This record gives sequence, structure tokens and C-alpha cells, in this order.
Amino acid sequence: MAKKVASSHSIPFWRDIRVLRVIAQVVFLALIAAGIWWLFNNLQYNLQASGLKIGFRFLKNTAGFPISEGLHYSPTDVNGYAFFVGIVNTLKVSAIGIVIATLLGVIIGISRLSSNWLVKKIAGVYVEVIRNIPLLVQLFFWYFAVMLTALPLVKNSIHLPGAIYLTRRGVYMPWAIPTDSFGTWAWYILGGLIVGAGVYMFRRTQLKRAERPGFPIIWAGTVFILILAAGWFITPGNPLKLTIPVLNKFNFTGGLSLSTSFTALLLGLSVYTAAFIAEIVRAGIQAISKGQTEAASAVGLSKVQILRLVILPQALRVIIPPLASQYLNLTKNSSLAILIGYYDLMNVGTTIFNQTGRAVEMILLIMASYLTMSLLTSLAMNYYNKRMKLVER
Amino acid sequence: MKKILVVGMLLVLVLSIAAMGQQTLQTILDRGYLIVGTNAVLPGFGYLDTTTGEYSGFDVDYGRAIAAAIGVDVKFIPLTAGERLTALQTGQIDVLLRNTTWTLTRDSMDLGLNFCPTTFYDGQGFIVRKAEGINSVDDLDGATVCVTSGTTTEGNLADVFRAHGLSLKTQVFADTEASFGAYDAGSCDAYTSDKSQLASLRTTAKVPADNVILPDTISKEPLGPVVRHGDDQWFDIVKWTVFATFFAEEHGITQANVATFESDNPSVRRFLGKEGGMGAKLGLSEDWAVNVIKAVGNYGEIYERNLGPNGLDIPRAGSLNALWTDGGLIYCPAWR
Repeated sequence: MAKKVASSHSIPFWRDIRVLRVIAQVVFLALIAAGIWWLFNNLQYNLQASGLKIGFRFLKNTAGFPISEGLHYSPTDVNGYAFFVGIVNTLKVSAIGIVIATLLGVIIGISRLSSNWLVKKIAGVYVEVIRNIPLLVQLFFWYFAVMLTALPLVKNSIHLPGAIYLTRRGVYMPWAIPTDSFGTWAWYILGGLIVGAGVYMFRRTQLKRAERPGFPIIWAGTVFILILAAGWFITPGNPLKLTIPVLNKFNFTGGLSLSTSFTALLLGLSVYTAAFIAEIVRAGIQAISKGQTEAASAVGLSKVQILRLVILPQALRVIIPPLASQYLNLTKNSSLAILIGYYDLMNVGTTIFNQTGRAVEMILLIMASYLTMSLLTSLAMNYYNKRMKLVER
Repeated sequence: MKKILVVGMLLVLVLSIAAMGQQTLQTILDRGYLIVGTNAVLPGFGYLDTTTGEYSGFDVDYGRAIAAAIGVDVKFIPLTAGERLTALQTGQIDVLLRNTTWTLTRDSMDLGLNFCPTTFYDGQGFIVRKAEGINSVDDLDGATVCVTSGTTTEGNLADVFRAHGLSLKTQVFADTEASFGAYDAGSCDAYTSDKSQLASLRTTAKVPADNVILPDTISKEPLGPVVRHGDDQWFDIVKWTVFATFFAEEHGITQANVATFESDNPSVRRFLGKEGGMGAKLGLSEDWAVNVIKAVGNYGEIYERNLGPNGLDIPRAGSLNALWTDGGLIYCPAWR
């Protein structure tokens, strides 16, 4: 005992691993701090030397440039609001893109493992072709080759049944717009959602207790739709009105229009990301040992049931983390929008910095916006991942 | 691409120890060549011939003129509309010659730039398809207009539609080729830009004759060289190089006759470096103006070469780009 104490005293601190570890961390931290300080100092110095001042007051100045996509906006609004419109447009294309890419990716991923030779090969070719062509090239393909070449001019648009028009300006379709009584009906929507969620929870616990598989969402959905329908008839007047696109001098007005840029960007992003998601899904499914499938089919489950009840719940644990990074990629890749003329936050942001000359501030704002979006997506996906993890008892 | 470049330039701003300030001329002499930021895709003004690797155009000629005044080589860097101001601010280029409009914001302390004399008076207009039967801006109510980002045109466009009470849809692209390409493919009813650019782009349309430039001019677009704040000597050199081309045309001095030009006119003699010590005042050799004319010719010759009937064919007579003696705005201050 005495010997041990003596020996620990005899080790000088520069050879004591515990002390060294602390010192290493401190030095590392100090180096990073010094690096950041140096960069910041340099920025200040160079900005001063070139006569530039940092400030965000320009966000309150009138924007003065047009934006033809997304929220209601006019050139008399301020730069800050214009940037917000851009952020919403990015969120719009990313959110819809994520949904489409996930659906498409899951279908293709499962198809790659299909026992049908043709389906398997088609899925394989899809993944290999799409994954190996740069996204930028694909976006140009969708925009210039498909939208601007294959589709007709506005005046001889392709007319699909149900007043849907495909043109080089975009896709036009009938759309329901809210009328004055929509506010009353909105309460029924809210009520329907709450009751629907309640039914879902109730049915789920019921099924769990009975240890039977089933689809609680069908019950919940039916209740929701019934409440909506009841609300529709009780509310005086029609809460929604159908508008149909009509051809004017230059273009269609009325109805819902998806601009060419938006459609091309959405297609490009979803198709591209779906290829990666397909591979993630395939890998996730293959990570589950074959014995499980065999055991499940021995118990008498059908193929769909095996996939839904045995394979996917376990595969999800493998799938979710890489899936989350694909979602982040899709959001960040949407910044290529400016090249095909979609008003995302990068496009509006660059326009603002060109108009005001505030490059440093705008680049900072753009970076902060993407960072916030990505961190929020990560947070949501991490939470989902935690819930899906195998609970060990 | 653009994003990467702009971020790169900002990184330079963050990382570099500034080599700016009062020594642009010395920096160029030490380096041995002048760096000019220009356009690479605008025939007539700044165009890179990809088969020969040679730049040509009105702005390019002015870059060569400035290099000749100092007596160094010249190197051109192609820039997009969005990159150009940042490239100049961060010292990537010595002078910006890329059909850049002189505006208060750009010329102020806000952006820290100085505009040299206007070399080309332009104005924004519209190009439309003949078959549409559009005769003026008022016929464009409800039309979709393609625009290139990073220019004054977006603001002008919104202003004029607001003033005329017309409804407008726009589509903004990062570069001119995509933007004009979308118009040419029928995605937009009109494309808007400076009229000189429209004339240039019209030649690249699928069927040039199917497109027509509207007579309306909706803005003032004085274009000229731009330099950074903080180096008055350099500002003076670029300014007077431009004036030298004006002066030479006014006095009949051309690329062909400048070497042997003789005159008793005192200000012409000062121009030719025979008296007055004008070169030393700018920090240049006495025959600097002669070298400028030897390299690119006078204003009229530069215009003729790039924008005349053999080039873009933008009529000069009666326009603001005529000499002041012919009723235009091309005017050189006193050479003394």
C-alpha cells in the first residue's frame, strides 16, 4: 500500500496519463478558440480595409424585386419578408419531396428484393442509373429536356380529363379555394382530428391487448371523414369553392398551378433521393436474418404480413439513421433551385445580396437557415429513432 | 457554382491579410499583369471564344486599353452578375469591366465602389416573340417575364409594372444562358435586360428573326468600369484611360495615325506626351495615352469594331453614345 502511494507520487505530472488527457483537451480547446478568434479578427480587419460594414438594417428596406412563387408577396414588401417567402418555398419543396422520395424509395427498395425477375431488374436499373448521374444534370434534364421541350406551349396545352392542363408554363388543375364559411368548417376539421386521434389510440390498445394485428388507421380515418362530411352539411353555404383554370391572353388563371420550375425541382429531388432511400431500405431489410422470414411463414403469416409485422419493424432500426441524412441531403440539395429558376431561399437570398450588396450578411443568414432546418429535421428523426429502437427488457 | 465562388470570395475576405489600399498600381506592376473581371458569354461586350481562348468585346477592349496605359499584360476573369461586385470588393480583380450599371447604392460607402466615366449608355428593354402581337409594355399585362439574377433589371422590372399597374409573373435564373434559354423555349412571354444585351442575345436565339425588341426603354443603364474605394491614383488612371479614347476620337486620332500624329494644338500635344508632363501626374509614362490608342484605337473605333454593323449593329448616330459634338454624351474634360 505504502509502496503504491509512493510510486504514484514518483510519476511526474507530464507522464501522468490523467493529467496529460486534461492538458490535451485544454490545448485543443485553446487552439480552436485561437483559430476562431484569428478568423474573426481577420474578417473585421479586411472588412474595414475594404470599407464594408456589417449590419442587418437592410432587411427592413423595401425589396423592390418580384417573386412569383409561394406566399402572397409584392415588391413593396421588405427584404426580410422576401427572404421568409424563400424559406417557405424551400420548406414546401423539401417537405413534399421527402414524402414522395420516401414512398418511391420504399417501393423500389422492396422491389429490388422481389422474387419477380422483371420487377427486381427494373428496380436495380433505376437505382444504378439515377444514383450515378449528378443531381444537377438531372435537374437540367427535367427542366430543359422534359418540361421545356416535351411539354407543349400554353396555347396548345395537353388537356387531361378533369380540366388538368400540362404546358411549358407548368401544370394547371382545378382547386378548391376556401369561402367565407370555411372558418366554421375548420372547427369540424379540428374536432375530427382530435376524435380521430382518440379512436386511433383506443383501437391500438385494444388490438395490442388482444395481441392481434390490424389497421387502427382505417377506423380513425373513417371517423375523421364522417365528422368532416357532417360538418360540410351542417355549415351554411359551401366552405370550399372549386375554381377551374381558364386560358387568358398569356396564361391560365384560376385553379392550382404548379410552376415548371417547382415541378422539375420536385421531380428531380424526389427521383434522385428515392434511389438512395431504396438502397437504405434494401440494406435494412437484408439486415434481418432469413430465419425470421422462414419462422414467420411457418407460423402462417402471409407475405404482406411478414413484411409489415416482422421485417419492417426491425428493419426500421437500421433504416432510420441513414434515412435521416437522406432527408437532410434533399433539403440542402434544394439549393440548386436557382439554376432552374425556382424561388427558394438561396435564389431570393442571392437576389437580396445582389440588390443590396450585403454578401457577408446574406450568406450568414442563408447558412443559418439551412442549419436550423437541418437541425430540426435531425431532432425529429432522432426522436423517431429512439421510439423505434428495440426496447430491451 | 456561383454559390461556391461567392463563399470562396468571402473565405478570402476572412482568411487573407488585406493587400489593398493605396497600392493597386504598384501591385499590378509587381505582378506584371492587370486582372480584369469581365463577361464571357455576352457577344459584343465580353465574350470568350472557346475555340481560340481569346476574349473579345467592347468591355474587353477597355481592359486592354488600361493595361496598355500601364504597360503590362492583361488577364481576364469571367464573372457572373452575382459574383462581380464581391470579386472587386475582395480584391480578386483590379478593375471590373462587365456591363455594370452605375447606381447610387453601388457607388456609395455602402458597397465601397467607385464608378469611372460611362463608356456605354444603355437602357432596359424587352424582347418578345413577334407572333404574340405585343407592341409595348402595356401589352405585357399578365405575362411571365424571364430575368437574370444579380442585376438591376429585377428591380426595374418590378418598378415599371407597378407604375403601369400591370400584373407580373417572373422567373429568375442564376445565369443568362439558362434565363434566355427558358424564354426561347417558350417558358416565358418576354425576356428583359439591357437593350444592348438583348441585341446580343437575339443573335443566339433559335430563330433570331422571330424575336423582336420592344421600343420601350424602362430604365437608365450607364455602363462603365468600376474600381474599389481607397485608391484614388488607380481611380484616376482608369478614369483618364476612358477619357483618352473619347479625346482621341474628338481630335481625329486613330489607331493607324497615332504614331505619326502631328498637331499644334496644345492640348493634343499634351495628350501625345510631347509636353505638360501629364503621364507623371498619373504615375504613368508620358506616352501612356499614345499606347492606349495604339492598342485599341479611339472610342469610335472600339464602338465600330464591337457594336457597329459588323458586330452587334447597335446604331450610334443620334444615340447618347455619340460624341458630344454630335449631340451625344461622350465628352472628355480638359486635357491640361
